[in-house]
Amino acid sequence: MSIVGTRVVRVEDRKLITTGGAYVDDLREEALSGAVHAVFVRSPIAHARIEGIDVSAALDAPGVVAVYTAADLDLAPRAANPVGEPWLASDVVRYVGEPVALVLTEQRYQLADAAELVDIDYDPLDAVAGIDAALSGETVLFPELDGNVVQTHGGPFDEKTFEDCEVVVTETVLNQRVAAAPLEVRGASCAWGEDGRLTVWLSTQNAQIGRSQIAAGLGVGEESVRVIAPDVGGGFGAKIGADPEAVVLGWAARRAGRPVRWTESRSENLTAMTHGRAQRNTVTIGGKRDGTVLAYRLDVVQDAGAYPRALFLPTLTEMMAPGVYRFPKVETASRAVVTTTTPIAAYRGAGRPEATAAVERAMDLFAAEIGMDPAEVRRINFIRPEEFPYTTATGASYDTGEYAKALDGVLEAGGYAELRAEQERRRAEGDVVALGLGIAAYVEITGGDAGGESGRVEIERDGSVTAYTGSSPHGQGLATSLAMLLSDRLGVPIEKITVKHGDTDEVPKAVGTFGSRSLQLGGSAIRQAADEVIAHARELAAELLEAGADDIELDAERGVWQVRGAPSSTVLSWARLAEAAGDTGLSADVWFADGKPTFPFGAHLAVVEVDTETGKVVLRRIIAADDAGPVVNPLTFQGQRHGGLGQGAAQALLEIMNYDDDGNPTTATLADYSFITATELPDFELVDMATPTTRNLLGVKGIGEAATIGSTPAVHNAVVDALAPFGIRHLDMPATPMRVWAALDEARKAEKK
Amino acid sequence: MKVGIEVNGREVAEEVEDRTLLVHFLRDTAGLTGTNIGCDTTSCGACTVLLDGESVKSCTVLAAQADGHAVTTVEGLADPGGELHPVQRAFREQHGLQCGFCTPGMIMASVSLLEHNPKPTRDEVRTGLEGNLCRCTGYHNIVNAVIEASGQEVDR
Repeated sequence: MSIVGTRVVRVEDRKLITTGGAYVDDLREEALSGAVHAVFVRSPIAHARIEGIDVSAALDAPGVVAVYTAADLDLAPRAANPVGEPWLASDVVRYVGEPVALVLTEQRYQLADAAELVDIDYDPLDAVAGIDAALSGETVLFPELDGNVVQTHGGPFDEKTFEDCEVVVTETVLNQRVAAAPLEVRGASCAWGEDGRLTVWLSTQNAQIGRSQIAAGLGVGEESVRVIAPDVGGGFGAKIGADPEAVVLGWAARRAGRPVRWTESRSENLTAMTHGRAQRNTVTIGGKRDGTVLAYRLDVVQDAGAYPRALFLPTLTEMMAPGVYRFPKVETASRAVVTTTTPIAAYRGAGRPEATAAVERAMDLFAAEIGMDPAEVRRINFIRPEEFPYTTATGASYDTGEYAKALDGVLEAGGYAELRAEQERRRAEGDVVALGLGIAAYVEITGGDAGGESGRVEIERDGSVTAYTGSSPHGQGLATSLAMLLSDRLGVPIEKITVKHGDTDEVPKAVGTFGSRSLQLGGSAIRQAADEVIAHARELAAELLEAGADDIELDAERGVWQVRGAPSSTVLSWARLAEAAGDTGLSADVWFADGKPTFPFGAHLAVVEVDTETGKVVLRRIIAADDAGPVVNPLTFQGQRHGGLGQGAAQALLEIMNYDDDGNPTTATLADYSFITATELPDFELVDMATPTTRNLLGVKGIGEAATIGSTPAVHNAVVDALAPFGIRHLDMPATPMRVWAALDEARKAEKK
Repeated sequence: MKVGIEVNGREVAEEVEDRTLLVHFLRDTAGLTGTNIGCDTTSCGACTVLLDGESVKSCTVLAAQADGHAVTTVEGLADPGGELHPVQRAFREQHGLQCGFCTPGMIMASVSLLEHNPKPTRDEVRTGLEGNLCRCTGYHNIVNAVIEASGQEVDR
């Protein structure tokens, strides 16, 4: 029996549960002996002119090795896109957390003491603390730009779009700013070797991209930089490549002539690591009273933060706007604005959750307007299974989907009809704890960059296998999945397979991990490399067994080569063939370039209870179907879904990165930021589906982000559903007790009038 | 000041700065990097260790406060022959970890939880681990792991 598709505990775990992983701050490499410690001095003000920086007191503090400011940096400025983000701010700071100076000390505890003595004279400017302030243009963040809008796309809208509709509903749906908050904050250690090469141990999802960014920033060739991603304690999109800090640290190590170690604090992380989401989306949906939607419009405003780092986000949201529906007319437009806040970049889902949240709220608003069950409205408008491949009005080419099956699966598993009956009964009885049911159907895009991936498979002389993947797992369990694929293909037990990744000297060319691309692209690359190894081995075996290559077969159960139809005759082991290959070795090094994007999909049903006296929301159940094609390891597949469900529900219920009107972050510690805990989540109920794609060698789609995308609108819709009897038809996330109570209070006051 | 702590059965005594936190004593002085630091507000629990058998967040204990006491970290949990502690075994079997960063603290908090409540309900596990944050798992499989380690059947 093949190991693929069976539940396999992870090969990664032994170390993590006994000695703990080796994360950046844990490294005790020889090259880092004698390293100085580093801390960035960051702006405490959202928007200000720097009138002067006095580092003299800091330089006199105990243990201080150096204090660097922009005046010391001899790095070329970064390219404007459309504005250049300084390595260290010199004239103006534009968000709380922007780096202004770097302090190096002999000992870790000296950092905070010295940093406090760096005297920076700020002359405050008006903050641009949100989308409205940005669009007003009263304060312009970059004088070289004409206003604060840094990108526009799509539109204009046709005023006749909704003229055939019997019903038209419009609403503005906020997709609030959240923090990625991986448990391991950012960290980097830098050491220049005597050979003139820089090694950076970096907490990253993409060592190779990071290497290229650091080399470009320092103005050296890529061969002069080696990046090693050791164990990485979560990324969620916010550790893609190398942040600017890594370049400054590499520069500082060269200037100071000492290795440098840096680990940010959590409070620093919550303002200086990129945030996610931060869109304000206006939806308009129109159709007939029989439930058919005729037209849908999505108008996106992306808060890009102070320095745009990911302007693909709003346009990706546009592309995924129609979701799982066969809307005849779809119109989208987007604008991105700069504000005096932390830069926005990818966060688990990155552009697709925002599209799904918008269209799934729109479907509920439309259903409520025509008085139809939201499940039924969705069924009427789903793209049908026979319509695939399906090109949407926004240009996405969906591969495969069974959208109605996913929805029906969760409704049945959850007991939807009974839940609706319970809801009716409790409403009739005047239960102060209101039951809410929320549905979301979603489709997303994985491997959307279509950038390919590298894979290398080597058969060692002892018959063991070493694989090098360009993917860069940091918790997903991909090493186990790839070992399973290789075991299945080569007939070698996974105990004899080692998967390596994340070192640019071992894997010079790669893209890495983001956008749920790893299995479909990195896995396909490993599969392709394995097949090339098999082809090579077949030739070697044919020679040794004196048979035609066509007559040679690999017994993938036993991991031996033999002449077809003569199983009792001589068999050759992988070790024997590796030996026969001689000095050239038995290996294959491939670039899987053929991977087109795939479109995982699913449906979620959330059940909440809302205390209508206090506003407290409790998520009672969440039932999820997440279809990403055939499953390699059900254990880790389930784990990805669980994590996604938790993070998605967290956005609907609790999490928001808040700023006051002056641009001060008010949720900048884990005591203030509502990171979801075990007590706020239910046990998850999973419905299994596996619809393959034809777009890669394995038939798989990505699962890393899927459940995040479905769960946020499902939980959000459930809260609004619970409040429907009060005349509430929309409430922005997160559904904190205060917000829910305020909405109820307002609704009750309106009723009394 | 001189601080002496029995760490996983081994006496570690060093001269350290007065303000040294227990977590830094463990990581830098005792050389045990399994215990991680995830925040600066005692919120995340990544640094959870046992101090005289009781779970504490070692980022909020001074090394001086632990002077003369015994600390157990994740490195001290398996027996010297390599046999895993039941909680470690259950975390692996139930996929109660992904990136692994919260795991040492989560395991130590779970050991302490089971010490106080050997047969917890799922809700009691959730409440008991409220002070330990995980960004990867959604907690479901962590709850499973603690239930399994308690010798109860995992039914979901």
